[in-house]
Amino acid sequence: MSKHPNMQEEQRIIHQILAGDTQLFHELIRPHERTVYMMALSFVHNEADAEDIAQEAFLKAFRMLAAFRGEAKFGTWLISITLNEARSRIRRNKDASTESLDTTPEEEGHVSPALLRDWREIPSEELERHEVKLLLQHAIASLPAIYREVLLLRDVEELNTVEVAELLKISIPSVKVRLHRARLMMQKTLAPQWKQMNPKRRWFQWS
Amino acid sequence: MVIECKHVWAYISDYLDGTLSPEIRERVQKHLEHCEICSAILDSTRNILILTADDRVFELPIGFSERLHARLERELINSELWGNDDPDQAP
Repeated sequence: MSKHPNMQEEQRIIHQILAGDTQLFHELIRPHERTVYMMALSFVHNEADAEDIAQEAFLKAFRMLAAFRGEAKFGTWLISITLNEARSRIRRNKDASTESLDTTPEEEGHVSPALLRDWREIPSEELERHEVKLLLQHAIASLPAIYREVLLLRDVEELNTVEVAELLKISIPSVKVRLHRARLMMQKTLAPQWKQMNPKRRWFQWS
Repeated sequence: MVIECKHVWAYISDYLDGTLSPEIRERVQKHLEHCEICSAILDSTRNILILTADDRVFELPIGFSERLHARLERELINSELWGNDDPDQAP
C-alpha cells in the first residue's frame, strides 16, 4: 500500500537520521500521523488530548530512535509507543472522562448481530456526509477498550493477528475472539441506525 | 451437515478473514445460499467494516501537522545543539 512506505526505505531513512541527518525525521513520520492520532483518540475521546499524546509519542520516537531495531515495522513500533503514552496518561489522570484500563470484560459470552432481511450496500461516498462519519466514530468509541483497540489495529491499520497479539501482549486466540466480538458489535450498533437515518434515500429502501 | 444460524454467526469473523477450514467454509456457504438473514448479516458486517477502515472516518484536526512538525523542529534543533541529551536537561 502506498500510504505505508516499505521497510527497507524506512530503514535507510532511519540510518541517515541516526547518522545526523535529523531533518529526515519529518519525512519519516508523515505517513504515520493519522494512525498515531487515531490510536491516541481511541483512548482519550478528546481531540486536544489525543493531539498532545500524538506529539509526545513522536517526540519519544525521535529520542528513542536508536533503540529501534527493525524487527517490527516502524509503524508498529510507533503504535506501541503511542499506546504506552496513552496508557500512562490515563493512569496519571485517573478521574475524568477517561475509561478504566483495568476492566477485563469476560472472554465468555456471546454477541449476537442485528437481524436483517436484506442489506443494501452503503457506498463509501456516503462518508462525505458528516452524519455517516459521526455514526461510525460513535460506534467505535462506544466499544469497550479491549475490543476497540483490536478492531482499529486489525481492520483499520490492517496489522495481522500476530502483530496485534505482540503489540497488545495478548494471545492470538484472544485477538481473534476480541476482533470477532468487536465486528459483531459494530454491526449490531450500526445496521439498525442506518435503517433510521435516511429512509428516503434511493440506496436505502428498507423492507 | 446442516448448521444453524447462530453457528454461522460464530464464524462470521473468520469467514471474512478467510481463515475457516475448507470444510466449515463450505458448510457456511451452503447455509448462506438459502438463509437471507445470515446473508444480510454477513453483507452488512462486511460493508460496515469497509466503511470503518476508510481514511475519511478519522480526520486529523486542522493544523495538526503544522503544530506537530513545529514542535518536532524545536526538538531536532535542540538535539543538534546538545547532542542526544534531553533538551529539557540541557544547560
